[in-house]
Amino acid sequence: MGLENAIFDSLPDVVTVKLDAVVNWARKSSLWPATFGLACCAIEMMNSVSARNDLSRFGAETFRASPRQADVMIVSGRVSRKMAPVLRRIYDQMPEPKWVISMGACATSGGVFDNYAIVQGVDKIVPVDVYIPGCPPRPEMLIHAIMMLQEKVMNESVKDRLDTFEAESRQSFVPGTLPVTEGTALERETEIEVADRQTSRPYTVPSRHEKRRSS
Amino acid sequence: MAESTILLEYVEKLKAENAGWITDFKDARGEVTITVPRQAIVDVCWVLKTKYDFNMLADLCGADKGPEDDPRFEVNYHLFSTKHYNRLRLKVLLSEDEPNVLSVVSVWKTANWHERETYDLFGIIFDNHPDLRRILLPSDFDGHALRKDYPLRGYEPYSLS
Amino acid sequence: MSVAVENIPSKFEVLDSSLESQMTLSMGPQHPSTHGVLRLELQLDGEMVVRTIPDIGYLHTGMEKLFEYKKYQQGIVITDRMDYLNPLGNNLAYVMAAEKLLDLEIPDRAQIIRVMMCELQRIASHMVWLGTHALDIGAMSAFFYCFRQREKILNLIEACSGGRMTPSYFRIGGIMMDLPAGFERRVNQFLDDFPAAMEMLETLVSGNTIWQSRTKGIGVITADEAIDWGLTGPSLRGSGVNLDLRKHNPYSGYETYDFDVPVESDGDVWARFRVRMREMYESYKIIRQTLERIKPGPIKADAPKIVLPDRDDMRTHMDSLIHHFLIVAEGFNVPEGEVYHAIEASKGELGVYMKSNGGPKPERVHFRGPSFVNLSALPVMCEGEMIADVVAIIGSLDIVLGEIDR
Repeated sequence: MGLENAIFDSLPDVVTVKLDAVVNWARKSSLWPATFGLACCAIEMMNSVSARNDLSRFGAETFRASPRQADVMIVSGRVSRKMAPVLRRIYDQMPEPKWVISMGACATSGGVFDNYAIVQGVDKIVPVDVYIPGCPPRPEMLIHAIMMLQEKVMNESVKDRLDTFEAESRQSFVPGTLPVTEGTALERETEIEVADRQTSRPYTVPSRHEKRRSS
Repeated sequence: MAESTILLEYVEKLKAENAGWITDFKDARGEVTITVPRQAIVDVCWVLKTKYDFNMLADLCGADKGPEDDPRFEVNYHLFSTKHYNRLRLKVLLSEDEPNVLSVVSVWKTANWHERETYDLFGIIFDNHPDLRRILLPSDFDGHALRKDYPLRGYEPYSLS
Repeated sequence: MSVAVENIPSKFEVLDSSLESQMTLSMGPQHPSTHGVLRLELQLDGEMVVRTIPDIGYLHTGMEKLFEYKKYQQGIVITDRMDYLNPLGNNLAYVMAAEKLLDLEIPDRAQIIRVMMCELQRIASHMVWLGTHALDIGAMSAFFYCFRQREKILNLIEACSGGRMTPSYFRIGGIMMDLPAGFERRVNQFLDDFPAAMEMLETLVSGNTIWQSRTKGIGVITADEAIDWGLTGPSLRGSGVNLDLRKHNPYSGYETYDFDVPVESDGDVWARFRVRMREMYESYKIIRQTLERIKPGPIKADAPKIVLPDRDDMRTHMDSLIHHFLIVAEGFNVPEGEVYHAIEASKGELGVYMKSNGGPKPERVHFRGPSFVNLSALPVMCEGEMIADVVAIIGSLDIVLGEIDR
């Protein structure tokens, strides 16, 4: 209150400001996460929302269950192969502007589980803005990540985050995002189509990991 | 070890019912394991449930010894009695060419999901199961993941980018 | 069957193929009230659920295969992530199965500390259950109170082991490290505040008429059906069956403690709720008893080839150094055999089937997750209920998808 009394007398009635600054300030101060808690990191996310580490101080007031109303998707937990198309679909359902925080070691890179069942890093499916290490990361680390994301949001340009119609967005290539996958068709076809198009990745050659000792 | 004397009595009682039901039994670490031929498993389970009060199937799991061994698979049934608080293990040995065993869903309803999981991870087929399909792995998954010849890291990494 | 719903079809009318008036709804893997990535296919006739088919596997991690590639002591870390609300319970089950294979004798102090940590973990797990159950039904403030209590317990667990939710505190042969200085004082502080917190939760939740009308008479399962479907733990004790493995198949010294087993007979959501609330008081009693009887002593078994030596010993004595190196680098060989060990985890009977072929890595480890079996009984409980009641029933079963999907 004292600050407002001091400033508003000295400012003119109309203030010119960069559009980016105002819009990004509004966006960063009310980043509403989509509930995408998968495993143990979800419980730490719940811990960071509850009374001791209060995430709503930073604007993440409510966790919207519907992705259509959410800004940021905090992928907390291990993503299994069965869950991966679902993850992609939820990401596609979020309208722009949207960001992704990959929380925990399993979401960032597969974590402890280097095996057939877990996707080794959620950035193979969705573009990630902030990675959080830890297994599980402390609630303070999640708060730090939200603050880093807020810094990133402040430095973006409004023109990069335009929402387009679905048909257009299938072909378009918005910087920092991936083309939208087929939402209503069978996911199985899309996976195979995507795999067919990747001719430059020789699956027959064992990767560096397979040559490593197993323990 | 005192409990295993009570459990060994069950072995004697089952032998008295039908000698062909028990091919082998082992008593180690306070637990009794009875190896049962695969055609007889449902009969043995019925007798144990109705006459000897083993009314809960605590666990049903498969195990794989590796492609060179024969019999390759085994299915373990862990029985528990809520009246006498005893545990008993039944074992069925299966070879790779005929990984079929009768389903015990008719005896305990809880076997439904356990057998689906064993089929999913090992490929052991349970005859007369009402709904034998994959439960943990995706339905279009190729292969059975917990077999010894399935690699740990699988065949293809998953990527959409 | 709920009393308020009219025109409930009897069991004979439930059809196998859906009528035109019925709708199939996928309560999908991403849902705020399914306690994880669970997908339920609900066949609905209006608001009433005709049939429900759970679809699991969205969190399948292949842990059982990972165990076969890791040495016995490396597997303890993986067990934390299974039932992530009760990691010390998972640790205990795995470690006790390995100790059974190895025929180890665990010292008293280690057993008492194990019991204390497990009961603290049980209270923490029930706090999450209560918080999320209340949140789903609509009582959101209980969520914050419960998590506040849980933070205190997580601080205690972190003081012992360094990890809040993935402690890996137990080792084969004992526990990882001794309790820190002042730990008993901190536990006493927590226990002194606990009855007041429980009373607050009771007035907030149990005394609430809306809560009672939303949970009484919902999701009934009879005792015989519950045993047939393999239910264990508080879900079974809510149906009138007095079965608690801490009393009937005791382990780790539980037979020497004085506590009751709460049993309710109605078999509905309210009964399971009351069982878990009363269980928290019993855990409180057990923790008080452990604090009274804890005495200084060794915390690891006397088995130099299996249990890591003290750091000081390792730095000064050659044989300790050799043992330490061999245990860490090569592991210890476990005698051949198989064992099934079950403990009473916060959700039910957590069983570990461990099979060894004589080497340093197990041949097969199978976890019988209580939530896996409890969830298979969900279709039986949900027939004839409304969608909103399905949420209440899932909450009362206290499922954790990490344990279901492993």
